[in-house]
Amino acid sequence: MHDRWQALFANYLSPSFVDLIRSHSPEPFPAPAPRAGAAAAAGEGAGLVLPKGTTILALRYAEGVVMAGDRQATEGYQVAHRRIEKVYKADDYSAIAIAGVAGPSIEMARLFQTELEHYEKVEGEGLSLEGKANKLAQMIRMNLPAAMQGLIVIPIFAGFDLRRGEGRIFKYDMTGGRYEEMDHYATGSGGKDARTTLKKLYRTGCSRDEGIRLAAEALVDAAEEDVATAGPDPIYGIFPSVKIITRRGFEDVPEAEARQHFEAVLAARRAGAQGGAR
Amino acid sequence: MPMPLPYYVSPEQMMKDKAEYARKGIARGRSLVALEYADGILLVAENPSTLLHKISEIYDRIAFAGVGKYNEFENLRIAGVRHADLKGYSYHREDVTAKALANAYSQALGNIFTDAIKPFEVEVLVVEVGEPPNGKNEMYHILYDGTIEDELQYAAMGGQAEEIRRFLKDHYRDALPLVDAVRLGVRALTVTQNKTLTESDLEVAVLDRSRERRKFRRIPPAELQALLGREGP
Repeated sequence: MHDRWQALFANYLSPSFVDLIRSHSPEPFPAPAPRAGAAAAAGEGAGLVLPKGTTILALRYAEGVVMAGDRQATEGYQVAHRRIEKVYKADDYSAIAIAGVAGPSIEMARLFQTELEHYEKVEGEGLSLEGKANKLAQMIRMNLPAAMQGLIVIPIFAGFDLRRGEGRIFKYDMTGGRYEEMDHYATGSGGKDARTTLKKLYRTGCSRDEGIRLAAEALVDAAEEDVATAGPDPIYGIFPSVKIITRRGFEDVPEAEARQHFEAVLAARRAGAQGGAR
Repeated sequence: MPMPLPYYVSPEQMMKDKAEYARKGIARGRSLVALEYADGILLVAENPSTLLHKISEIYDRIAFAGVGKYNEFENLRIAGVRHADLKGYSYHREDVTAKALANAYSQALGNIFTDAIKPFEVEVLVVEVGEPPNGKNEMYHILYDGTIEDELQYAAMGGQAEEIRRFLKDHYRDALPLVDAVRLGVRALTVTQNKTLTESDLEVAVLDRSRERRKFRRIPPAELQALLGREGP
């Protein structure tokens, strides 16, 4: 009788969807395959070629956070997908951008969205921004065995902290390590190049327009230096996706507006290149 | 030494006793009404607590309401959120329906009523707002013994449900705007009592089909006061 009561209470207490789905089948994350150690050590060298997301970034501006990502997924030297979405609304005040192997990354973003909504409905109020960031760290840690076999998921999490009244950015490593970035961060295959641009051009307290322009600069640089990252594609009209999160909540930057910024960056470079050739 | 005689209670008597026990428990609690209105479904409960809810969100288009013993319907509510989120995650958000959830509640309450010594002293309502062009509103009323009914236009639960239903039968009209629907719902709750209900005695929420994905919205006290304030003499 006592056990039954305890079981009921333990069940009753958990507002976590991840805990819930772990007690069900199918597993949310692929379990490590037995005796795959050797192949795992070789990672993708073992012939495992999977679609991968490439460059994502986040930066703080006066009112909150800008998040952006290019739209391409690559499989080795092939383009796997041209219009993949890498920045997802997590809830009204936060977003998750994903880099790494596309399949498990998208699944983790979806699970994370459900987790936040589930918690909010069960508890009657949402998690704190810090709580969300920690939960995501635990989910990445759960993925560690799969990550060791090459199924790496490395997101950026950003949101508006209503208690502090400011935007905040969190980055993660493969083991679930969680680190807060003060101003900006970029990751993925072109992350290093985007980070360099952000570092050189970032200005604390910049405006929304400046923030989006800087994101565009950084993504165009990443696309120029990294073969896996796609730049703006005026032929098919595919432009990187840009989102902002402020006190008023999550917002998609309209495609026309984002497009303007990317076209301005491209125009400036075109002018520069022609000037150099003369 | 004489053997003690085992008690014998006929199944009929046992069920009758349980039903009476559950009904008495529910009748002690305050009532709740649901009304279809122009933009969706309105839920109005008499509930002086602003923290312990009788009306809650389950999923995008689905809401839950319970009357009777709080801990019992709260348990059912959380089970409902779990059912809905699991289903929506495994399949698709569209595949989460009030009908499946109502059936699950009906099964659970039916089993508890038959197996447990003490039945749940609750009634629950599962409502789903339909979206155009061919979506229809659905309202399922599930009783303490698992009996399930689908209701049209309006539903009432709790102590004075019979009188409230009679009142709504005479006064309900289709496609009322929100303000009129709220006023009607509040008047319905007061048919059996000689007091007026203000925003601090009420819990009001809507499933508003004009909203984005999540249709559920609580009406905060200030807005409710404004809605009730327009009431004429």
